[in-house]
Amino acid sequence: MPDTTITEAPAGFAPLERRALAARVAQDIPEGWYCNLGIGMPTLVADYVPPEREVIFHSENGVLGMGPAPDPEHVNPWLINAGKQHITLRTGGSYVHHADSFAMIRGGHLDLCVLGAYEVAENGDIANWATSAGERAPAVGGAMDLAVGAKRLWAVMDHVTKDGRPRVVRRCSYPLTAVGAVRRVYTNLAVLDVTERGFVVREMVPGLTFEALQARTDAKLLREG
Amino acid sequence: MINKIVRSVAEALEGVRDGSTILLGGFGAVGQPDTLLDGLIEQGARDLVIVANNAGAVDGYGLSKLIELGRVAKMICSFPRSSTSKAFENRYREGKIGLEIVPQGTLAERIRAAGAGIPAFYTPTAVGTLLAEGKPTLEIDGKLCVMEKALHGDVALVEAWQADRWGNLTFRDSARNFNPIMAMASALTIVQTQHLVELGELDPNAIVTPGIFVNRVVHVPYAAGAAQAA
Repeated sequence: MPDTTITEAPAGFAPLERRALAARVAQDIPEGWYCNLGIGMPTLVADYVPPEREVIFHSENGVLGMGPAPDPEHVNPWLINAGKQHITLRTGGSYVHHADSFAMIRGGHLDLCVLGAYEVAENGDIANWATSAGERAPAVGGAMDLAVGAKRLWAVMDHVTKDGRPRVVRRCSYPLTAVGAVRRVYTNLAVLDVTERGFVVREMVPGLTFEALQARTDAKLLREG
Repeated sequence: MINKIVRSVAEALEGVRDGSTILLGGFGAVGQPDTLLDGLIEQGARDLVIVANNAGAVDGYGLSKLIELGRVAKMICSFPRSSTSKAFENRYREGKIGLEIVPQGTLAERIRAAGAGIPAFYTPTAVGTLLAEGKPTLEIDGKLCVMEKALHGDVALVEAWQADRWGNLTFRDSARNFNPIMAMASALTIVQTQHLVELGELDPNAIVTPGIFVNRVVHVPYAAGAAQAA
């Protein structure tokens, strides 16, 4: 995911920086949920779920009950997450093989998956694995399984690209990860729900107007209520 | 007396033929049987189809080296990009290696299905995406699904934590990953194990892969690859 920091805020509002956006997502995850956090920015969300709130994090490579990164003296070489970073296992955690790990995903057992995205469309389509054909080998990982399999999918991304193109769109222009899968989008400007009528704005950063948000969005936005 | 323990890596890899489909355990470098990969490089088989989650983690080493040597005709994997290895991408750009990209859960389930005698299955994963193009679809209970076929190996290369002479295996932490399902899905399953134990030493409740799925075991007391991790 690109850096969400935008230094200029001429319009009287400040987009959330990367960590504040992760913290905003974390607020909405209740105790007891089993969650998978995608590689990159979504991984930061775990840092903002307080340990006394028992949320259980899953990693595709067979880890249920993932804990924070170890201190450098206590690295377990056999314990990594799907982003291939060293992690710890919380008390109560467990290991399974890859087919069982994806049975948790594909069998609808995860309450939530949070994925980064290039684009989300008003019908819930998500594009997050490939931008254009050619320059690099395609690589999908577990994104397609997660997008379809989890009970709910939230996307987290910047509201616009670095050069100002909207990522909240009527139809995705990049290759799809899944059709009609996204339930909610957290951007550095707003929280949007995907509904049968289209995107409904649930929240905006302080100082941002509905019109200013719409101007930065390709899809038509609806006011709450 | 059943004894699946072989004395050397060369003996473990005896008979692996050119053109084999090889299921390779591990996720990144964790749980990948690097000593068996070194043995395969030594052994000489070529035109290999390698099934693994990734396409090499460290240039000049293990799977990356096998690819650099031009011994791999095709990779079947979910994520061939690596920040620490460019071997696959370089050959891919030059058009010198084939690639079948598979969603990670579909990859795991295709391997599991092969081990369980299920020729094909239907899944909603990848429906409506490039990765479902050309595959049969079926609407099941109102949900559109794509057919995926079982993925068998001629050979599986597996890393275990403990093994006994019957080929019963345990695994260590997240190094389990693809290893148990790959052991089930191949005609010839070859294991490198960190620890070799006497028959009866393993708690039957703790055995993840029973010996029925294993053909050969070689003792590699310290798997440097696993210890280096990702």
